Amino acid sequence: MNKHPETSASSKGATARRRFLKEMAGAAGGACLLSLGVGLYGSEASARPAAALRPPGALEESDFLAACVRCGLCVRDCPFDTLKLSRLGDNVATGTPYFEARSIACEMCDDIPCVKACPTGALDRELTDIRKARMGLAVLIDQETCLNFLGLRCDVCYRVCPAIDEAITLELVHNPRSDRHAMLLPTVHSDACTGCGKCEKSCVLPEAAIKVLPFKLAQGKSAEHYRKGWEEKEAAGGSLIGEQEQLPMRGLEGRAYGDTRVDQGQTPPYTPPKAPGSDLDSGWKP
Amino acid sequence: MNTHAPASSIRGAARIGAVARPGAEAVEVKGWLKAHKWLLLRRFSQLSILLLFLIGPWFGLWLVKGNLSSSLTLGVLPLTDPFVLLQSIAAGHPPYREAVLGGGIVLAFYLLLGGRLFCSWVCPINIVTDAAAWLRRRLGIKGGKTPHADTRYWLLGFTLVASFATGGIAWEWVNPVSMLHRGLIFGFGLSWGIVIGVFLYDLLLASRGWCGHVCPMGAFYGLVGKTALLRVTADKRSTCNDCMDCFAVCPEPQVIRPALKAVGQSHPVILDKDCTSCGRCIDVCSKDVFRLTTRFDRSES
Ligand code: SF4
Ligand code: SF4
Ligand code: SF4
Ligand code: SF4
Ligand code: SF4
Repeated sequence: MNKHPETSASSKGATARRRFLKEMAGAAGGACLLSLGVGLYGSEASARPAAALRPPGALEESDFLAACVRCGLCVRDCPFDTLKLSRLGDNVATGTPYFEARSIACEMCDDIPCVKACPTGALDRELTDIRKARMGLAVLIDQETCLNFLGLRCDVCYRVCPAIDEAITLELVHNPRSDRHAMLLPTVHSDACTGCGKCEKSCVLPEAAIKVLPFKLAQGKSAEHYRKGWEEKEAAGGSLIGEQEQLPMRGLEGRAYGDTRVDQGQTPPYTPPKAPGSDLDSGWKP
Repeated sequence: MNTHAPASSIRGAARIGAVARPGAEAVEVKGWLKAHKWLLLRRFSQLSILLLFLIGPWFGLWLVKGNLSSSLTLGVLPLTDPFVLLQSIAAGHPPYREAVLGGGIVLAFYLLLGGRLFCSWVCPINIVTDAAAWLRRRLGIKGGKTPHADTRYWLLGFTLVASFATGGIAWEWVNPVSMLHRGLIFGFGLSWGIVIGVFLYDLLLASRGWCGHVCPMGAFYGLVGKTALLRVTADKRSTCNDCMDCFAVCPEPQVIRPALKAVGQSHPVILDKDCTSCGRCIDVCSKDVFRLTTRFDRSES
């Protein structure tokens, strides 16, 4: 049929080339799709449950997932079996080390063997003082069940804290229920709490009232420009805005400036609001 | 590309698994032990490496700590998988010296001796996919949809891109190699599923699908060993009687033809980077066509 063998050869070449390109496109497309799937699954699965804490010195989570090769050397060198490698289904990035304070807390080893064991730097060797570790932040999360908030003297979380009186203090407040006792409220301080989880581990309740949470969940954040007047005043050694003119305060005439305390038996001036819609009088009286 | 040569009878036949019991003749001629020599050595190597990692957690004898991703032997020798390290770097983390040193040692070893030695002598998934291939041959399962053999090289590139884009070690989210190895040492969870998935994929959907077409880790080691020393040669190819047994057992059948049939090369050495140096072709050949040697030994007899 073919009168021109060159044409047939070149068309054969073209077919082969086309087939080659098609195969390559198939391979590339398949690989691209698969890695896209893996990437998406990865970003989906990198969310970590609040109860899963990283070892001391762990980089910030997104950096940690770039650094940790999931070898488990940190796990092996933890003398208290605190750390474990996550298994598929644990909801923590598979193969990465974590611990749950309520099962086994971190004992805050002085020599921090877990950090020393990490070959990649996922656990940062800049951390040499375990008291500077920040694995999370303890929060007394349930004031309705905490025994000390009920007016008892449990104090267990306070007593087990390795940074007792710095990370957890007991704050004395008046107990309004009995009106004659005190409450000693366990109070966590973020400048000293390492997030080791001893408090959560030891809380006597069936479900701990104090829990170590990731910072993002545990802490609020002031806006950049907020200043505390009293701190600024102290730093400057006096008021920054000079003496203020003292205006009389409604209902508190005859009191020293700034004294807004309510005397025993005295209620603040108060007029009950009118039924809505009766007239336009807001109830305000000078 | 030899892949789009017209499906020659030999390769085509091997691909659809026409030989259900390769090596039967070799067993008759050489005896069972000699016809399984390299297979037994390989299994011994794979299992003893695994055992070295396991006697720590099992018996408290810590010769080796960690897993294939990174380990510490006798407290002094760090070894790190260079592929995982490369992804970590792509994700934006400069690793510590130990990891780099460990990765360098591993890289140097495979660069020198043969990249895919990892696949045939170390990787635990190899046992799984070999088992799937064996069963597939025995059951005579044919067909399925095998992806192009270059898919793995694309995937290798894309996992690095994905690591860079997501800022995490991408392939470790699914890598069956570390899932299996870590699972055996640190506990499985649901990782079994991924291993069984690879087995079923190779058994039912694609002949030698995972290791021969998909796994980017194998692709990485293949590239590493492109110029490595240890090679299989078909130096007695003149005695080949076209029984096709070597094509049937070989995990990368396309690598044999150039050497055995002198297609596109004249010497008998298998230089293709995909050859895993597993030595199964040496085992199953009743004519002893194949032999393990160096890449410079181009002799023929
Ligand atoms: S500091 Fe000690 S107890 Fe805490 S995780 Fe590290 S090795 Fe384990
Ligand atoms: S030692 Fe480092 S790299 Fe290995 S699992 Fe622990 S944190 Fe990850
Ligand atoms: S241990 Fe639990 S119940 Fe006791 S004071 Fe602490 S938080 Fe409250
Ligand atoms: S190709 Fe991948 S899974 Fe197969 S043996 Fe090599 S590294 Fe292991
Ligand atoms: S050519 Fe031989 S040594 Fe190479 S992968 Fe195939 S069977 Fe193994």
